Amino acid sequence: MSESISPDVTVDSRGAACPGPLMDLIGKVQDADPGTVIELQTSDSGSKGDVPEWVEEAGHELLDTVEHDDYWSLYVETTK
Amino acid sequence: MTERIVIVGGGTGGTVLANRLTERLEPEIDSGDVEVVLINDGEKQFYKPAYLYVPFGKKDVSEASKPIRDLIPRAVDFRVDRVERVDTDRKRVTLASGGGLSYDQLVLATGANLAPENTPGLVEGGHHFYGPEGAEALREELAEFREGHIVLSVIGVPHMCPAAPVEFTLMVDDWLRKRGLREDVEITYTYPIQRAHGLQSIADWVTPIFEERDVNLETFFNVQEVDPDAQVLETMEGKEMEYDLLVGIPPHEGSDLVREAGLGDDGWVAVDQHTLEAEHAEDVYAIGDAADIPTSKAGSVAHYAAGTVAARIASDVRGEIPTASFDGKTVCFIETGMDEATFVSFDYGSEPTMREPSKPIHWSKLGYNESYWLTARGLI
Ligand SMILES: Cc1cc2nc3c(=O)[nH]c(=O)nc-3n(C[C@H](O)[C@H](O)[C@H](O)COP(=O)(O)OP(=O)(O)OC[C@H]3O[C@@H](n4cnc5c(N)ncnc54)[C@H](O)[C@@H]3O)c2cc1C
Repeated sequence: MSESISPDVTVDSRGAACPGPLMDLIGKVQDADPGTVIELQTSDSGSKGDVPEWVEEAGHELLDTVEHDDYWSLYVETTK
Repeated sequence: MTERIVIVGGGTGGTVLANRLTERLEPEIDSGDVEVVLINDGEKQFYKPAYLYVPFGKKDVSEASKPIRDLIPRAVDFRVDRVERVDTDRKRVTLASGGGLSYDQLVLATGANLAPENTPGLVEGGHHFYGPEGAEALREELAEFREGHIVLSVIGVPHMCPAAPVEFTLMVDDWLRKRGLREDVEITYTYPIQRAHGLQSIADWVTPIFEERDVNLETFFNVQEVDPDAQVLETMEGKEMEYDLLVGIPPHEGSDLVREAGLGDDGWVAVDQHTLEAEHAEDVYAIGDAADIPTSKAGSVAHYAAGTVAARIASDVRGEIPTASFDGKTVCFIETGMDEATFVSFDYGSEPTMREPSKPIHWSKLGYNESYWLTARGLI
């Protein structure tokens, strides 16, 4: 259950314009140690496609996507 | 009691704010009820957008700076010093020259720092145009570059001026064409996510232009390490790429000051994106690149955010409820070659519409760069 995921880091990209939520996430992933759980909050529906695609390409793990009233939380765990 | 407003950082954000505050609070400053102190760790302000033109010999680094004293009114108490610590409980900053200064309202406008050393091999193996020395070294390198593979790689995320990497790529293409060298040079542009730019509309606009101009586009490309001897880039996604000349947008860092003061975990000040008030302390604001807000690290953002904070502080000083709010307004000119440009404007949550590049927009960008010092002085 998503409620049980407690992120180590939260990235609030709600309302993000340029350069966008995925770039915010990558910035955090670059600095994070392996095993860090990052919650990306985004109000951009495109992120639901963009983020999983990048996470897979980069070899990290998408733990869950949780829909809230006006944003989504994507939980990503870094593997390296 | 004089109410003291301390601004740390005399870049675009800090000087526009000092000007706006003295305008709004003129009577209070004249009567000695309010004092505006601006602290910068040097006499001069550096105008970074000029660095984009330095590699092409179109501007000189010496043209890109001015004494801060000339950009702000006499009424501002300008101090050349470095703030080493912020104590938000005691409402005091500690200065490198010794001693401290208490504040009633504090605004952090400390900008972003380049940290190329965070990517192994980048300092030895790459060039950039994000600082004066880097831009000059790249000019020397480009002047001699006649054939091979130029890779423009967006390495640091976030970075200043999201348009600059696209601009550099289109400019270097045009510059090499005009010098009859383009046939012997391959150009590749790499970007971290699955399209050419964070903003969908810029990505959609530039992708066909890259194709037309024979610029290779590599996406999902996050450089992890540079091998300066073999001249190879290695990415987080497990890719490799050889280069002859690497122009890397370096990693950026916020400030230790911010981290140590507990104002933001990774050196960018956590703020409310509309009020620009710090989330973890009272009477502290952040503007410009130092603020962790969901838009570009751009001079225009620093400028408009300074206007909002000036209005909020002025209301506060007068015992009114501050209502001014920042909507994320961002304006970026985008050079599309050596003599044409376009521009975009947007705010939080909105996508810009792209305009056809033209010569007049290019002249406007150059004109803006020339008149920038009027902006810093709060005149336009
Ligand atoms: C190559 C390039 C091209 C660009 N082109 C554009 C463009 O076309 N349009 C655009 O809008 N933006 C552009 N930008 C971005 C723009 O330059 C920055 O966003 C802008 O300068 C941010 O202003 P600021 O006031 O936040 O920080 P800065 O202008 O960086 O100023 C921060 C100041 O604070 C001082 N400081 C830092 N720490 C301390 C301390 N502890 N104590 C005292 N002083 C301190 C620094 O020395 C500096 O003077 C470009 C940037 C680059 C690198």
